Amino acid sequence: MQPELLTWLIPLPPILAFFLIVLWANRNNRLSHTLAVGAMLLSWGMAMVVFWMAITSDDLGHNPFADSIEWLQTGEKTLNIGVLIDPLGAVSLFFVAWTCLAIFIYSIGYHNYGKQRDPQDRAGLPPKSGGIEPMYARFFAFISLFAFGMLTLVISDNLLLLFIGWEIMGLCSYLLIGFWYGKDSAKRAMIKAFITTRVGDVFMLLGLAYLYSETGTLNFRDILYNEEMLNTLASAPSVIAGLSTAGLIGLLLFMGTIGKSAQWPLHVWLPDAMEGPTPVSAMIHAATMVSAGVYLILRFFPLLTAGWHEGQALTPALTVVAFIGAFTALFAATIAVAQNDVKRVLAYSTISQLGYMVAAVGIGAFVAGAFHLITHAFFKALLFLGSGSVIHGMEHGEHSSGEHVDAKDMFNMGGLRAKMPRTFWTFLIGGFALSGFPVLTAGFWSKDEILADAFSSDHQVVFIVLALAAFLTAFYTMRQITLTFLGKPRTQAAEEAHESVWSMTAPLIILAVFALAAGWVGIPEQFPLLGGMLPNWFHDFVGGTLMGHPHAVPFNAVPLLTSVGVALGGLFLGWLVYRRVPSGAADPLARPLGPLYRLLQNKYYFDEIYDFLFIRPAYWFAETFVYRWLDRGLIDGILHAVGRTALRIGSFLRNAIDLPIVNGFGDAVGEGVKRAGNRFRVIQTGRVQEYLVVGLLFTGLLLSYVIFFQP
Amino acid sequence: MIPLSWYIIFAAVLFCIGLYGALARRNALAILMGIELMLNAANVNIVAFWRYGTFAIRGQVFALIVFAVAAAEAAVGLALIISIYRRRTTIAVDEINMLKW
Repeated sequence: MQPELLTWLIPLPPILAFFLIVLWANRNNRLSHTLAVGAMLLSWGMAMVVFWMAITSDDLGHNPFADSIEWLQTGEKTLNIGVLIDPLGAVSLFFVAWTCLAIFIYSIGYHNYGKQRDPQDRAGLPPKSGGIEPMYARFFAFISLFAFGMLTLVISDNLLLLFIGWEIMGLCSYLLIGFWYGKDSAKRAMIKAFITTRVGDVFMLLGLAYLYSETGTLNFRDILYNEEMLNTLASAPSVIAGLSTAGLIGLLLFMGTIGKSAQWPLHVWLPDAMEGPTPVSAMIHAATMVSAGVYLILRFFPLLTAGWHEGQALTPALTVVAFIGAFTALFAATIAVAQNDVKRVLAYSTISQLGYMVAAVGIGAFVAGAFHLITHAFFKALLFLGSGSVIHGMEHGEHSSGEHVDAKDMFNMGGLRAKMPRTFWTFLIGGFALSGFPVLTAGFWSKDEILADAFSSDHQVVFIVLALAAFLTAFYTMRQITLTFLGKPRTQAAEEAHESVWSMTAPLIILAVFALAAGWVGIPEQFPLLGGMLPNWFHDFVGGTLMGHPHAVPFNAVPLLTSVGVALGGLFLGWLVYRRVPSGAADPLARPLGPLYRLLQNKYYFDEIYDFLFIRPAYWFAETFVYRWLDRGLIDGILHAVGRTALRIGSFLRNAIDLPIVNGFGDAVGEGVKRAGNRFRVIQTGRVQEYLVVGLLFTGLLLSYVIFFQP
Repeated sequence: MIPLSWYIIFAAVLFCIGLYGALARRNALAILMGIELMLNAANVNIVAFWRYGTFAIRGQVFALIVFAVAAAEAAVGLALIISIYRRRTTIAVDEINMLKW
């Protein structure tokens, strides 16, 4: 079968499943999840076939699978939509299909399929005592729609279709974060996520429009694989001094990434998005949707770097990207150190890791960024699903022990290693991958490559910041693992927690395999001992996405040793500090760090600052200015004045003209007729004889007239 | 032979009596009788004119038609009077003023 046709078909099964569930199957839980998982399995199968065809075809970068059809005729121009599988698309398709499938299967167990529905459970609230989720079918409908959006985004060959997939995911994110809409916090989180990402999306749409007006096309290949076009864009100055057109468009699109991938300063929505069910956190806020932002920026890497060559000083646009990425990586990592919610730690680590990728793009390390995107998707999905399994186990323990504790607080856990062995081992693998545990895990290879790129291209500031962030990452990851799984149970709930069902742990195991093995495809060739045993397939393959094949960086011991050092050091330190936290104790770091710890715990007060800077002024603007002054005062005032004047004119017309003249005439006619009738009606007596007398009289008169006056 | 004018005077007198009866009596039966008188006065005229004129048989035919009409009218009139009497227990016409407004 032709790969293009197959690619067209990839996103279709989930959207069909969505409509089938929404329209017909929603009463039947089994049918709903069968449809959703079946559709995802179909998409996954097709994606794997396409991926296989892609990696076996010759020089995919030059001859990608591409096909397009005319879609919208707008005046003289026609907008096309189509599919494109180039190396970057192929590997993205690979990780999206795998993670989505794992999450779909996991959701069955997570939502307690097969259990009785607890009559106390209400739609819109999480099940209290382990009964099946009341809105089970709805969940599968939503994640099917979500998978459709992500697959569309990955296979699209132009920015417009990408944007459509992007926005569908934005909607699904909103719906799924607020899946338990009965919770106030979830409601607030869904609105926050939607509006925050909207800020980025507006700029992205501007970038899209700018790009279209400059080039007349939105097709990736026509713009990004076209040296002439890129040179034109790079040499033309933009409306903002100091930036080329390419740079400005790149930055505008990058704003979309900032929103979607939760980069500073639009990172605030992602931690709150943890209000959704855990599969959602895994799917949206780790593996797929936030990856879409990085995917976009990787996609437009040629545009961002147009006019820049390796070894030169960074262009202003790239500097911005690198700064935001590196800053976010460190900034989010520091916050993660002081969080107690197991999912929030992961949320901040996601922000931090996405910052890594963005920083990689900013320093021109395309392949390293793509590599980290993929390995991160696997191990972060694994970690999130693992944390969901932990919370599930804790909730079960809480239910059976009757003790009321926060099932998400790591300080209430401990010792879960023995209770939940499958979850523990997979979580450990995921955690080590996240920390970049040397050699074994995928995270090491991808993170190492970014560090090596930063070091060898002489961006020492970025290198140091990222190394620091890596240290913190290892530290808080070990903190999390130690607090959650090691030591002794700190609460009764943790004591009675137990392992989750197979439909939850099987996806963990699959993802764990990838979290280990996904790195082996990208081992640098000059790496000591291991290098050369396997070819650096990833670099060769994904590098083909770009016109000029990027060179693999020469091996250097400094970044490697740094990377190993910070990973092991952070892990060890994390274990050292948290290995013996007794029940009910505060964080051991709280005392030595003092106010700094409080600052971190409150996320640098970003929520409060935004509340003060944007939300309150927005409320003031809406409530006081627009509503009270403009609406009630000005507009209503004018309207009332007009109304009152009209009323006065009307009452004058009525009293002076209508009533006396028009009505008077009408009444006079009527009254006159009535009065005349009253006067004359007495002659109608109803006695026939009297009528006859009158008749006789007039006959006599007529006769007299005829006799006497007629000639 | 009796001159024609006598017949005509007689018929006129008869008609006037009938007219008076129809207009002035309160009893509906008397009114009906008055009407009969007027019809017969007309008949006397018709027959008298036939006798003194050259009108062949036409006068008699007319008189016969008037008889028939008078008989039919008397039947209908009596039926009406009975009907009214049953409803209102009176046949005094000044009490029967249903044609009023």
